[in-house]
Amino acid sequence: MSFLRPKDGTQPWKGRYQPYDLIKELCIAVGVIALLSVLLTVLLSSPDDKPSTIAQWSHELPADFATTAAKELAGTSDIAEYGPPYNHGSGSVQHFLFLHPQRWLGVSHPINTAEDYVIKPLETIPDDPALRSALAEYKAAPEKQKKEWSEAYAKPLEEYSTAVEEKKTLPSSVSVDQSTGTVTVKASGAGPVPTMMAGLQSLAQSGGLEGGLVSSNQFFQTDYTKPLLFMADGGLLAERAEGQHLLGEQWGLMNETGSYPGQPWLWLYALWYQVEPMKSSPNADIQVLLIMGLLSTAFICIPFLPGINILPRKIPIYKLIWKEHYRSLEAPPNPAMGAPPATATGPPPTPAAS
Amino acid sequence: MSAAPPAPSKSWTVKVREKGVEALPPEKLLPDGQPTYVASWIYVFGVASIASLIVIIASGSILALKGPAWWHETGIGHFFNSIHMWSVELFFFAMVVHLWGKYWMAAWRGGRSRVWVTGAITFLVAVPCALTGYVSQQNFDAQWISTQAKDAMNSVGVGAFFNLTNFGQMYSYHILLLPIAVVVLVSLHVLLVRRNGVVPPFELDRKLAVAGAGSPGGEDTPRASTEGQA
Repeated sequence: MSFLRPKDGTQPWKGRYQPYDLIKELCIAVGVIALLSVLLTVLLSSPDDKPSTIAQWSHELPADFATTAAKELAGTSDIAEYGPPYNHGSGSVQHFLFLHPQRWLGVSHPINTAEDYVIKPLETIPDDPALRSALAEYKAAPEKQKKEWSEAYAKPLEEYSTAVEEKKTLPSSVSVDQSTGTVTVKASGAGPVPTMMAGLQSLAQSGGLEGGLVSSNQFFQTDYTKPLLFMADGGLLAERAEGQHLLGEQWGLMNETGSYPGQPWLWLYALWYQVEPMKSSPNADIQVLLIMGLLSTAFICIPFLPGINILPRKIPIYKLIWKEHYRSLEAPPNPAMGAPPATATGPPPTPAAS
Repeated sequence: MSAAPPAPSKSWTVKVREKGVEALPPEKLLPDGQPTYVASWIYVFGVASIASLIVIIASGSILALKGPAWWHETGIGHFFNSIHMWSVELFFFAMVVHLWGKYWMAAWRGGRSRVWVTGAITFLVAVPCALTGYVSQQNFDAQWISTQAKDAMNSVGVGAFFNLTNFGQMYSYHILLLPIAVVVLVSLHVLLVRRNGVVPPFELDRKLAVAGAGSPGGEDTPRASTEGQA
């Protein structure tokens, strides 16, 4: 590594020393920081907004839940079309020039939205002959038929969602009873899908869907990928996030709920999402991460970066930092103390590492 | 007759000990004196970063002892979580000021580039350490941050083995793997500072090299020096 450490002429200090108690300083620092942390805790506490649940989502936004579930079944949701690491779609696959790392790493957390979010949970519901029959009919149908049924059911719901979003007249094909959290869709040609969706809505509202989405072959569970991605496909999380200034365009990447500081150290990372071409690019994430990777490497290598590594000498902020020291050098000799501590001899200052 | 010098030990332990003592003799590792130029508030932020890290680890250990759900259910748990959060904010604040201060001192001079490099990497490793904490909170912040940040991880392929929506994995990273990395890096950084000493001021590099250790007017005899090989 010595070839990376250029000679810059900086010499070991041979001047005066002052008493210094390293351990005492550290103990005092720990005490001060601990007290400051306690003070901030007492004054400001910390945020802990309760997590959203699928039950809550299906109650509060029944139409949004039904729309999302219908899209999961039809394979048209964001996650259904996402691509690696969840499936072989291409909806959210990013690349930069010849770099396709998302594709290269492949599918590591497979999610089949129709199976995982709709069919398998419905299969756990006991004693519902109508649902059993609908499920059997759906599973026995050819893929083309399944898609037609699912899309026939999803279409009026998507129209309803668009009308709500754009504050237009709501279509009569969808009726929502907010008090009971039920959604009725008049969809011709939807086959068994309305029965299935009604079953899923009931399961979600009973709280049974959360458990169904984290279950696997093991008893203990710690992976919430499936329920989180299902909820992220819907509108509840985004609605809450917007109210808390957590959206991307709100610099939400560095915020947290409430008026707490969040992660301000991510300001530069968040900044790149606010400027073109990243702001409107479908490959914004990989572009921003590559920029940050480059900048982070440069940050580590500052001692070896020509120009950047001599700026501190060119811009005399160091005169403020070592103000006391320079003043002591300029002070006239104190007869009682002897000679000044340093004399202006020797070669001129050398440049910093280059 | 003079005795023959002892043959070099073949013991690995002895070799490591000798190398260690040679690189960092006790008086350099734990000095009781420091150069007179170390006299600015900017120097406080290095030790403040370490102090914050100690408070983070202490409060985090209490949270870990009681489990990830404790702080949601009890007032005392929330109290310690708040201490944990604020000490993290103080840690980053102190570290950023420390880094800026060291940049304007060009603190990599005199063979101290490794000190800068370890400090910079510590900052970069601390960022995912904090991120994994945010996504391990089991509250709305964790839901939102994990589902949003996943796209960035996935876009560069990292999401294939670093799944922000997998609570178990993120919790392991947050309370064990990344803190170990930060502590190791900080330890290395501090040892390098102790070995190389605090960088001398600009322009005085040469002047002070000839000023000599015997300058009267203060603590002129170098105490257990913080300075060493450049």
